[in-house]
Amino acid sequence: MSFDAVAQQPKLQHLLQGVVAFAAVVCLILLALHRGPARRRGAAFLLLAPALLLLTAGLVLPGLRTLLLSFMDREGDARVGLDNYVWLFTDPEALIALRNTLAWVVLVPLLVTAVGLLYAAAVVRSRFRALALSLVLLPMAISFVGAGLVWKFVYAYRPAEADQIGLLNQLVVTFGGTPRQWLVESPWNVLFLVVAMVWTQAGFAAVLLAGAIGAVPGEITEAARLDGASPRQIFWRITVPLIRPTLLVVVLAEVIGTFKAFDIVRTMTAGQFDTGVIAHEMYDQAFRYGETGRGAALAVLLFALVTPVVAYRIRAQRSAG
Amino acid sequence: MSRVRERLASRAFSLTAVVIAVLWTTPTLGLLLSSFRPEDEIKTTGWWTVFGSPHVTLDNYDEVLFGSANASGRLAEHLVNSVVITLPSVLFPLVLGFFAAYALAWIDFRGRGALLVGIFALQIVPLQMALVPLLKLFSQGWLFLPAWGLTGPARFTHVWFAHTVFALPFAVFLLHNFLAGLPRDLIEAARVDGASHGTLLLRIVLPLAGPALVTFAIIQFIWVWNDLLVALALSGGTAETAPVTVRLAGLAGTRGNEWQRLTAGAFVSAFVPVLVFFALQRHFARGLLTGSVKG
Repeated sequence: MSFDAVAQQPKLQHLLQGVVAFAAVVCLILLALHRGPARRRGAAFLLLAPALLLLTAGLVLPGLRTLLLSFMDREGDARVGLDNYVWLFTDPEALIALRNTLAWVVLVPLLVTAVGLLYAAAVVRSRFRALALSLVLLPMAISFVGAGLVWKFVYAYRPAEADQIGLLNQLVVTFGGTPRQWLVESPWNVLFLVVAMVWTQAGFAAVLLAGAIGAVPGEITEAARLDGASPRQIFWRITVPLIRPTLLVVVLAEVIGTFKAFDIVRTMTAGQFDTGVIAHEMYDQAFRYGETGRGAALAVLLFALVTPVVAYRIRAQRSAG
Repeated sequence: MSRVRERLASRAFSLTAVVIAVLWTTPTLGLLLSSFRPEDEIKTTGWWTVFGSPHVTLDNYDEVLFGSANASGRLAEHLVNSVVITLPSVLFPLVLGFFAAYALAWIDFRGRGALLVGIFALQIVPLQMALVPLLKLFSQGWLFLPAWGLTGPARFTHVWFAHTVFALPFAVFLLHNFLAGLPRDLIEAARVDGASHGTLLLRIVLPLAGPALVTFAIIQFIWVWNDLLVALALSGGTAETAPVTVRLAGLAGTRGNEWQRLTAGAFVSAFVPVLVFFALQRHFARGLLTGSVKG
């Protein structure tokens, strides 16, 4: 047993100091709000200043600096023009990360939406709707790191002569196959990572889509039924078109989330065996190899890829209400 | 005829649902059962054999939480770090975002529209765009800002700062949407009675904003508790400051086959968010729609 309680004290002390300092700032703002300038501008300034200051120092300026760094060398000292971007589109490892990201961004939203839609449609009129939805939503509460471990264990490999401890290889062996190293064999290992990501996200899609399907007016489907439409026709011709705005929101949210996927790759393969994606490669370059310029270029690429999707999504969400 | 077909279709539907539900829970169940099995059994036999020879032990949890060997995890200390990181990282953006959202929703001033759009637009920026310069800012200083040069537990401040900044655009977005929808008459009536913005904010808007604040707090809590990237880049990675996720990812990498630690460790880290999830499930589901733009 070792739990160094004494070593924990400075941490808690720091926590206390941080919270007290923050509370002091908040109290000052509130006091000034009561006593200080009654004019509107003054109040607005007091309330907005902390957020704007933080956003400027912590997001806007660093973001611009990353843009500049993407045109600099690894130390961030000398200008190298477009070298980092050239590297991005010519280096074999970087190209693999681009290829994998493309596979992720196509497959994850597709599978997540398909599974979510199927599941939502199946449970939406069921007595066990709430329980059924929380079962598939639960993986969202577990961290991506935890999800990565869950699936790494499913894919665990033992040589053919030994007992298998991973579920997938056990199934393979039961049906007469030979066990394989699912996470090692490229390029199919990318798909096995994608499965883990889909597993974490499907509940999100199912919950949103179940809400949308539940909101489809019963009279419409009833009328179609009386006209002789089959359940399948009702689902594809009436329900799906009616929930299209929500479907769009789900797909776009998944596209955005998938672009930024980092944790699952990090936990399951750490980008080895040709499984890297842009977000993971960015971390490796910037923080493990000290290639600041290349890391910055990858971050800028990520930004450029995500921006149109987010813009489109915000518009879509507005129309979905 | 159509009745029969209908019933068959609904059977097929229910069957699909059951299959998906089983597929979605079995992997977790396997890991959970394994975490209570003795080390040598985890490593030599599948978890499904546990039903034949149930040997249950808490040794794995004991070792991964408190084990003294360097490789054993010492997750208890990292749990403290997770708590120290998470509480302020939820509180700070919650309060500051609420202030900003109030000002943007209920105070008229020039440039308000542009500011609103500007802050909302910042949601687009992936946090990867800010990480490298933030690390440099903390270690070396930048422009007019001095180096923070913080060591030891003070590194928590870096992580708080980063999480607060990254959460603010979303916090303002979520809370502004809610606050702007409050009844105008109520606010106007109080204002006519001579209430200052301080009174309005605390006495009238705050009590009404409860649901939105809770929604944000839950999303942010689960986000920060489960975060790996920010902590990996900024927290320093030692038992002094790194949260559970960082330690767990480290264990998965360097000792990828020590399943007795990884299984128990995964549930140590998942315990708190799963508890929050079950306790506040309704808010969680409602927050999903608004919450997914974040990060």
